[in-house]
Amino acid sequence: MKRKEIIKIENIFFGYEKDKDILKGVTFSVYEGDFLGIIGPNGGGKTTLLKLILGLLRPRRGKISIFNLPPQKAREKIGYLSQFKDIDFDFPITAYQVVLLGRVNKNIFKHYTKEDRLATDKIFQKLNIEKLKNKKLNELSGGEKQMVFVARALVNNPRILFLDEPMANLDIHHQESFYQLLQKLNKEVTIIIIEHDLDMIKKYAKEVVCVDRCRRGAVKYHGGELTEEKIRKSCSV
Amino acid sequence: MFCVNSPLIHNFHNMLEIINYQFFQNALLVVLLSSITAGIVGTYIVIKRMSLISGSIAHTAFGGLGMSYFFGFNPLLGAIVFSLASAMGIALVKKKSNNKIDTLLSFLWATGMAIGLVFIFLTPGYATDLFTYLFGNILLVSNFDIGMIFLLDIIILAVVFLMFNSLLAVIFDEEYSETRNIPVTVVNVILFALIALTVVATIRVVGIVLMIAILTIPPATAQLFRHTVKTIMITSFLITLVSGIAGLFLSYYFNLVTGPIIVLIISAIYLGGIVLSKMRA
Repeated sequence: MKRKEIIKIENIFFGYEKDKDILKGVTFSVYEGDFLGIIGPNGGGKTTLLKLILGLLRPRRGKISIFNLPPQKAREKIGYLSQFKDIDFDFPITAYQVVLLGRVNKNIFKHYTKEDRLATDKIFQKLNIEKLKNKKLNELSGGEKQMVFVARALVNNPRILFLDEPMANLDIHHQESFYQLLQKLNKEVTIIIIEHDLDMIKKYAKEVVCVDRCRRGAVKYHGGELTEEKIRKSCSV
Repeated sequence: MFCVNSPLIHNFHNMLEIINYQFFQNALLVVLLSSITAGIVGTYIVIKRMSLISGSIAHTAFGGLGMSYFFGFNPLLGAIVFSLASAMGIALVKKKSNNKIDTLLSFLWATGMAIGLVFIFLTPGYATDLFTYLFGNILLVSNFDIGMIFLLDIIILAVVFLMFNSLLAVIFDEEYSETRNIPVTVVNVILFALIALTVVATIRVVGIVLMIAILTIPPATAQLFRHTVKTIMITSFLITLVSGIAGLFLSYYFNLVTGPIIVLIISAIYLGGIVLSKMRA
């Protein structure tokens, strides 16, 4: 059965400075139900690629379409878990409010509706983290924070979930259970994850893309077991 | 029991008598009005760590203040124009490049002050008035000032009520807000404009130089004991209100300058709060 193509990336060029492209001719597609791992060296452009797909950056050349729409117009269907770099964990806010804030949209006068609260309650239930609801953000452990931000990324029922190195702030014990959760979620949403831990990618991802500024672009592999060899191949175009 | 002629009772009676004077009633009213805006907008400033931005907007306001003083308009009008313009400028530069913000803030800060000083020195009889705008003099508010501060309060309250969630979303996580299609730059411009209007609404109380105290210390104190944005706003409002009223009475009876006394009370409450919160923990 042919699966539905939901993200199409065609010949993307991008650099933060003039004449210094990090991404050169990146081309690949993502299909519904994919569990795609984006790998590559530090500074290779993984997060940049993700930001391009999210429409936070615009490519210098090339075209990105998501559900046949430009990225900015497809955002409603995307859930995003960023690296926590810019989050202030001492912010006076509860876990519940963090997730509820995830419901705010382009309407700057938005007030919460019953529907917003229902969706928030539902996602706490689904991830089995109801006991965290009324905790303050700075009272949560690293793993708990992670779950709350996953809840925020899922609160709008996205069709695609983007995760940018979610393990960076987590201890190793949480990794396995976190990936098992992703695997479960993958039955309903397409997952795209930036990950430097190749073991996790081998074990859980179904597809892999390598992004490396030295190479011409990214190549995607999928189908069958992801072996070390396939991963290496994808990185040596 | 106190005897009727006890000095304590007598002083207390005196203290209440001052309330009958129009200028004192006006001062109390301005303290109330500016406590509301300082409590609300100050909370945003503290949780988004925007002290430097606020200081810069306040000092830029001084440029407009001096200019309209020289040309014979109400100084607060010029302050509004300058502070709003700097707020826009900061929001737009911030969108383009976060790195250039620091330089811009220093530039606005110093240039605003310089413009204000030049114009005030050009105006005859500058000395006392200069002092008033730099350090506040709440006992000299005019009816026009009160009307304007009242109007600013209404605007700020309305905007915060209508945009509470989108403001909070952008303050908490700009990048995520953008992926939700919240117009981040528009919201930031409005946020900085709120700071600008709050600056103007509090100039009369503590002046430009001490402004940063009234905007940041009460919310920081409230944050020691309160853990949601709304409760921090309310607590911060109460701290400013109490400090303002106490400062008014103290400065009147001991013949001290009002703005600095209010700031000292605010600072004392902060220090007390820190001790208390350490003792609790």
